[in-house]
Amino acid sequence: MSRALLLLRRRLVGSIFVLAIVVAGTFLLLEASPGDAVDAYIASTGGDAGMIELLRQRWGLDQSALTRLANYVWALGHLDLGLSVAFSRPIRDVILERLPNTLLLMGSATALSFALGTALGIVAGARPGSFGDRALSIGSLALYAVPGFWLGLVLIIVFAVDLRWLPVGGIETVASARTGLARAADIAVHLVLPVAALGFIYLALYLRMMRAGMAEVWRMDFILAARARGLPRRRIVLAHVARNALLPPVTMLGLQSAQMLGGSVVIESVFAVPGLGRLAQEAVGARDTPLLMGIILTSAVLVLAINLAVDIAYAFLDPRVGADEAAA
Amino acid sequence: MSAYRISRRTVLSGSALLLASGALPRLARAEPPRKGGRLVVAADSEPRNLNPAIVASNGVFFVSSKIVEPLAEASFDGEDGLAPRLAVAWQGAADGLSATFRLREGVTWHDGEPFTAADVAFSALRVWKPLQNLGRTVFRDLEAVDTPDDLTAVFRFSRPTPFQLIRNALPALSSVVPKHVYETGGIEENPANNAPIGTGPFRFAEYRPGEYYRLARNDAYWSEGEPYLDEIIYQVLPDRASAASALEAGEIQLAAFSAVPLADLDRISKVPGLKVVSKGYEGLTYQLVVEINHRRKELADLRVRQAIAHAIDKDFVVRTVFLGYAAASTGPVPKNDPQFYTPDVELYPFDVEKANALLDEAGYGRGANGTRFSLKLLPAPYFNETRQFGDYLRQALAAIGIDAQLVNNDAAAHIKAVYTDHAFALAVGPPVFRGDPAISTTILVQSGIPDGVPFSNQGGYRNAALDALIDKAAETLDENARTGLYRQFQRLVTQDLPLINVAEWSFVSVASDKLQNIADNPRWAVSNWADTWLEA
Repeated sequence: MSRALLLLRRRLVGSIFVLAIVVAGTFLLLEASPGDAVDAYIASTGGDAGMIELLRQRWGLDQSALTRLANYVWALGHLDLGLSVAFSRPIRDVILERLPNTLLLMGSATALSFALGTALGIVAGARPGSFGDRALSIGSLALYAVPGFWLGLVLIIVFAVDLRWLPVGGIETVASARTGLARAADIAVHLVLPVAALGFIYLALYLRMMRAGMAEVWRMDFILAARARGLPRRRIVLAHVARNALLPPVTMLGLQSAQMLGGSVVIESVFAVPGLGRLAQEAVGARDTPLLMGIILTSAVLVLAINLAVDIAYAFLDPRVGADEAAA
Repeated sequence: MSAYRISRRTVLSGSALLLASGALPRLARAEPPRKGGRLVVAADSEPRNLNPAIVASNGVFFVSSKIVEPLAEASFDGEDGLAPRLAVAWQGAADGLSATFRLREGVTWHDGEPFTAADVAFSALRVWKPLQNLGRTVFRDLEAVDTPDDLTAVFRFSRPTPFQLIRNALPALSSVVPKHVYETGGIEENPANNAPIGTGPFRFAEYRPGEYYRLARNDAYWSEGEPYLDEIIYQVLPDRASAASALEAGEIQLAAFSAVPLADLDRISKVPGLKVVSKGYEGLTYQLVVEINHRRKELADLRVRQAIAHAIDKDFVVRTVFLGYAAASTGPVPKNDPQFYTPDVELYPFDVEKANALLDEAGYGRGANGTRFSLKLLPAPYFNETRQFGDYLRQALAAIGIDAQLVNNDAAAHIKAVYTDHAFALAVGPPVFRGDPAISTTILVQSGIPDGVPFSNQGGYRNAALDALIDKAAETLDENARTGLYRQFQRLVTQDLPLINVAEWSFVSVASDKLQNIADNPRWAVSNWADTWLEA
């Protein structure tokens, strides 16, 4: 059996435990927070005692927490995520219509921060300690220190309000009836600012990791050997130093995907992008337990899948990885 | 079609033409309303149910009032503050046991079916009375609705019901839904709750969750020539800062319900092409109230409550928390109510010395650290202003030796803590005055309300005299006598202070200069926008 398949099997078994812990944990956390879905709902409508009792019955909140968890797990076993009380729609539909937006946002932001971060990291790491290296390190650290919502608001004020180059928010122009390429271009234009806001923050991480890795590799004996052989400097930097320093940032890529999901809660609100992060925020406010569990499950699956992909990529990048597992 | 069909609007525009014929030069300068155009509006929430007959709340009305119409709408100059919509005339019987509505002729539903009295009867008996958050109280004694002909609906009550109350409830509580759509299956599960079918100037066209609602012009609207707009788009903008940015960038033309925070208004009013309008919300008054838990021994003492009332500088609150967009309260009925308000009540001018004296007199002397006693203060989280007032109140109480510990919760947790668990000593609440004290005001001080009912007396307050007065007003049919009783109610509440009314406020719109007719009735933001138009 190939190494990748073995890895896949081991990971899938582990994932089921992870997901079970996630489901139970989320449920307990929401149970522990004061107020239920009906309390959240009547905050905006009011209503008398009879109406409130009726709502609790209708939404199944008159049952004990244990019964509700059992019902949820039973339905989940049948791949049914249940009904959202805040939206009164099937949770699967609610999540599926938001997931592509979040994937698009996260994917683009990750690609931006990884590509730009490692590229700048190579530039900085090519000559550790040089002026360019210092400027890049300080600049990226400053970006990392900036809160996401603030960066988002500044980008909006500069590029959408003052210069009017880009739209203020949304995933596409509202009710524009665009299709095909025109629609894709419209979505791309709308993604520029949120992707920049989300991507720039994590850029520093990749840059610094790449740079630090390169600084270390420079001291290795084989680099000395390469220099002794008279290889051109460009070749040493790219083929020897950078390639060896690339493994940590790739690992980071998998870990960062969970972070990115968290960051998208804020960015999606600021830029009015209808994604999973904003949905999660609304679900907490509405105490919509099944919806939040659905979102967290989806995110958990997403993060697990990304990490699996990273592991597989790793196995190809570095022949040493997975060799033990394949042998076992 | 009947030759006698006449609508109020055609009469009005006819008389306007007569007036104008004598002043033609002026007419030439005034710009006629332009037809067409798309209005994009900021929306901050997406209600789970868009049916205003079931959920009578501003969040629902904001979108659905353009689609589903009530029997009558609030009006600045109409008789009794009303303008006809689906009803053209109404009359209460002297014995309070019936009310007769004459309905508009020639109205059709958006699906083409004719609107008749059967729709009104169905809405009243099957929706407003059993299901609606407010109607369950106001229409409690509604027994039957007779429909002698297609255009007459006679409401029959099992107990005398003041017609003044029914009339005042019309704008918010009487949204009519189509019987033919709702009569089969469960009303609360009906798909039309999320894609309403009504008689209004706009049809429900499209909903993209998290993005927008789109309403399209109803070409068959009963008021000829209206509406002016082709489309209304409600763009969902959850972040308040982005609503202001979208206005400045010209992507939206209106942010209603103070979607632009008060603190930004000064800056945004200077942006060319934008205007700040605080009119058009007179019928949607929110009251800033200190709710009191009378189970606390200290707070059960009237002198302590009086001391707290004296400790609050209402004018300072209006100036700093509301930046002037509010008025100081005198009692449980807001000043801008034309029917019931009386200034003749017990007043509590800002007087820290007197407050301290009252607390000393009540026997709560200052301890070694200058504190008399500590309590929990829970500001409601729904508005920036309720939270900010919580901060202010904490300082105001510190000045009279009461140590208030602020507890900030989100909406669900606040509702549970205050109205179900009673885990508070003082709370800051924003109850709504809905045109008649019997709709949602008397419940704030009345005793005997079950636990868990939000925006009601959950402070354990009990006053037999006040309860008797509320009961008497509920069955008093004569308007003057009823109004008199509610004036007495205001006096009694301010004398005994079951709660403390601090300020009254409403909302502010920020709109493009091109948007016209945006404040022409007291519930404009939640009215039908049939006469709103956009300059080219």
